[in-house]
Amino acid sequence: MGDKRRVVITGMGAVTPLGMGTLPLYERWAAGVVGIEDGMGACLDFNPSDHFSVKEARRLDRFSQFGVVASDEAIASAGWNGEKPYDPMRISTILATGIGGISTVETNHDLMRQKGANRISPLGIPMYMPNAGAAAVSMRHGLQGQSFGIVSACTSGAHAIGIAARMIQYGDADAVLAGGAEATLTEFGFACFRAVQALSEIGISRPFDERRDGFVMGEGAGVLMLEEAEAAKARGANIIGEIAGYGSTSDAGHLTAPDPTGRPASMALTLAMQDAGVTPEGISYVNAHGTSTDLNDASETLALKLALGEYAYKIPISSTKSTIGHLLGAAGAVEAIATVQALNARVVPPTLGLERPGEGLDLDYVPGQSREMVVVGDGPPVALSNSFAFGGHNVGLVIKGRG
Amino acid sequence: MSVTKEQVQERVVEALASFGPDADTITPSATFEELDIDSLDLVELAQIVEDEYGVVLKGEDMKELKTVGDVVELISTRAA
Repeated sequence: MGDKRRVVITGMGAVTPLGMGTLPLYERWAAGVVGIEDGMGACLDFNPSDHFSVKEARRLDRFSQFGVVASDEAIASAGWNGEKPYDPMRISTILATGIGGISTVETNHDLMRQKGANRISPLGIPMYMPNAGAAAVSMRHGLQGQSFGIVSACTSGAHAIGIAARMIQYGDADAVLAGGAEATLTEFGFACFRAVQALSEIGISRPFDERRDGFVMGEGAGVLMLEEAEAAKARGANIIGEIAGYGSTSDAGHLTAPDPTGRPASMALTLAMQDAGVTPEGISYVNAHGTSTDLNDASETLALKLALGEYAYKIPISSTKSTIGHLLGAAGAVEAIATVQALNARVVPPTLGLERPGEGLDLDYVPGQSREMVVVGDGPPVALSNSFAFGGHNVGLVIKGRG
Repeated sequence: MSVTKEQVQERVVEALASFGPDADTITPSATFEELDIDSLDLVELAQIVEDEYGVVLKGEDMKELKTVGDVVELISTRAA
């Protein structure tokens, strides 16, 4: 373990319902702003023509556009200034998505029904394939290391970060642009999620509250620039955090419902802590998956108790989904960014909308208002970021902030 | 139905402009390479042309075309 290459965060980018860029994500959440309107977390400030030529825009589905814009910010904030600090073949791109280019599918399916199969656009497949976002980012910046999408529903973004960290640790890459993007706020998207009875009927995201009735769907992207620690130091990078641990398991149980014991999910968190060489007493904050669904918030609470023991009751836990809703395949990445921001500000942002915790939900979910973060242990503050998904996928990330 | 070459030219310029290049740059002598019009764009153009004029342009036909004038000429001839 001692000689494992370390993975540091040197840049971040986000497009979220709270606004363009990473700054509003932290500032507005910490201030208690809810980015949800009319039962959805839409990126209302996003205007494609601010970022793309006509040709670029019409060749990118909305999810890819989000991913590209977040990647632009991550690269810029890493201070690459148009020059790559590494061999382009050793810079990789992983842009995850839960669904892919669903609006492109819908448009082309309509075309097929209305005008015939031979009227489907040649841009259909290259726009809706789930790897389209990764391809777009790789092409835009000339990143020639391995690039691909990762697909694991609502753990996609967290898986992207975990696998990217492994790529750097193993030595296959010196830097990886890793994150997730999602854009499913379409008629079909809503109908599908409504059909599985996962969406909130009342359109309110209030994780862990007894009145919670489902998640609120959001859209957007989050991308992190990850670099090998020594190389990043050597180039004088501004190191803002570290991906210290990654763990992942599967329930191998129900298609949509989480394992009610929380056991496989807790193991993902335990594996992440072991990977990072940290114990529960060294964790200052948990960024919960906290979807606001009846099942997740109950099983996640059990998983946290199993993984953290008595510390589950002491560590502040909050859900980013209380301010932006559920960004599906982008959620894990956006929430990793929010986690880094919380650690570096030494502030625990709140679980908004939480007033009366549900039955058995007896942890400290930081209801309503931000509070100062109490950093435990020596060294940089450490957080756990959780992601769980339809399909039974579980991911834990251990993230360290600035010392 | 009879269409003039001018009408075809106008429609082709409109279609190509919707793919990205400035309408001013889409002259008969402009090459697709100069306009950054690639094979995917040409398939879309073929679909529009077929809808408008009933002229079917196959991949083979398109391969030989280098300029905006080439495609206008081909469509006008076939549509006549």
